[in-house]
Amino acid sequence: MAIEAKAAGKQPVAVKVDDLHKYFGQLEVLKGVSLTAREGEVVSMIGASGSGKSTFLRCINFLEMPTQGRIQVTGEDVALKPGKDGNLHPSDRKQLERIRTRLGMVFQSFNLWQHMTVLQNVIEAPVHVLRVPTAEAIARAEKLLNKVGLYEKRDQYPAFLSGGQQQRAAIARALCMEPKVMLFDEPTSALDPELVGEVLRVIRDLAEEGRTMILVTHEMKFARDVSSHVIYLHQGVIEEEGPPKQVFGVPKSERCRQFVSTIH
Amino acid sequence: MDWSWLLVYYPQLLHGLWITLALLVLSVFFGMLMAVPIGFAQAAGPRWLAWPAKAFCTFIRGTPLLVQIWFFYYGLGILFPLIPELRTSFLWPVLREGFFYAVVAFSLSYAGYEGEVMRGAFLGVPKGEIEAARAIGMSPFTLVRRIWFPRAVRLVLPTLAGETVGQLKATPLAFTITVMDLMGATNMIRQNTYRTYEPLMLVALFYMIITFIMVLGFNWLERLVPQKR
Repeated sequence: MAIEAKAAGKQPVAVKVDDLHKYFGQLEVLKGVSLTAREGEVVSMIGASGSGKSTFLRCINFLEMPTQGRIQVTGEDVALKPGKDGNLHPSDRKQLERIRTRLGMVFQSFNLWQHMTVLQNVIEAPVHVLRVPTAEAIARAEKLLNKVGLYEKRDQYPAFLSGGQQQRAAIARALCMEPKVMLFDEPTSALDPELVGEVLRVIRDLAEEGRTMILVTHEMKFARDVSSHVIYLHQGVIEEEGPPKQVFGVPKSERCRQFVSTIH
Repeated sequence: MDWSWLLVYYPQLLHGLWITLALLVLSVFFGMLMAVPIGFAQAAGPRWLAWPAKAFCTFIRGTPLLVQIWFFYYGLGILFPLIPELRTSFLWPVLREGFFYAVVAFSLSYAGYEGEVMRGAFLGVPKGEIEAARAIGMSPFTLVRRIWFPRAVRLVLPTLAGETVGQLKATPLAFTITVMDLMGATNMIRQNTYRTYEPLMLVALFYMIITFIMVLGFNWLERLVPQKR
């Protein structure tokens, strides 16, 4: 497969997480998780609810503060300092904001800004964060909305769209920043079953274009098809990882075998 | 019924109308200017900011507006003339007038009530939308200016509409500190002509018409962003 071939070559590292620990109070939800995503790779994280995979993803762009660990995005180490809450916090706000613009996040619950139309949602950050001229941002946004099949809905408010349409708009919003890496946090978990397909199709297209992505998902068949690397997380520890063929086909861990067997 | 006084007193009434509108617009403007940071401090600020903001709202909402107005007019209004520098300053023509103290008192009152409304508004914006703004790289300032604040205001527009109508109907209290607003003018007409019902009926009609126009304005604002409720 094209994606695997590309991943096999030594592309530059896009995201590198080292030995990430995260406590919520006394509870350690991540117990030293590491991940490397090279350019063009699709890394999927699977695991039961509560295994810490969403928390891990949210630590990459510091929506959650890790307790310990190192995070590198496009070769840049995020400067961290210990905070009063016992977690690490980015010490350089400008750097954090710069790094976040390179990470396109897609949430389980879409999180479109409800007071803006679809088009306004998509151009908001390019115009007000990256300072792209409005006309240029609109041109870029319309191209993306066309790509996710929402060109006709561009002047609608999010509340009037279906879940699948909202999620596709949210993907366009993230893409319009021209991020280096896309982070997907269970992008189809909040959708009605008949709407899952349209969103997965968009994500699959992105994978085939060679976009770097980190994907937290419960859609195992999808993860098996699009991933270059799969991580199975169990209670905050990587229980199994490797190419999808290995993790889904011949996992070493018995627990992983049981977990992935549920897809058939 | 006798309406003949209207021909004599309509300039005072129109002037009173103008004063009432000025009281309303100025106090809503300055009040809102204070209410936004007061609400935000309570919703998302550090404790040393949230606490005084809360205390302010509690104080304003816990005391009668008339007491506040008199507090400023008879309190500050008596202190200020004792400062010679103030008496000779260019500010004195303003500081001498009851109107100034009324605007201060009404603004603070509006700030107190709307500070509380805005606190709820800021807290009511879904956390996910704020996270999305953070995740996309917005600075805290851009986040508040572009997402958090506009989103919060839209949530409470209907509440603000009601509160602003309430504010209009609090303005007659200003006539107790010599301000010749609509109510002040009406009172003067009553004293000069010994007619009570006609001026009161007319002034009631004035307030109703202003209210009606305001409600229309707020409805228009609310319709700018269609929302599914």
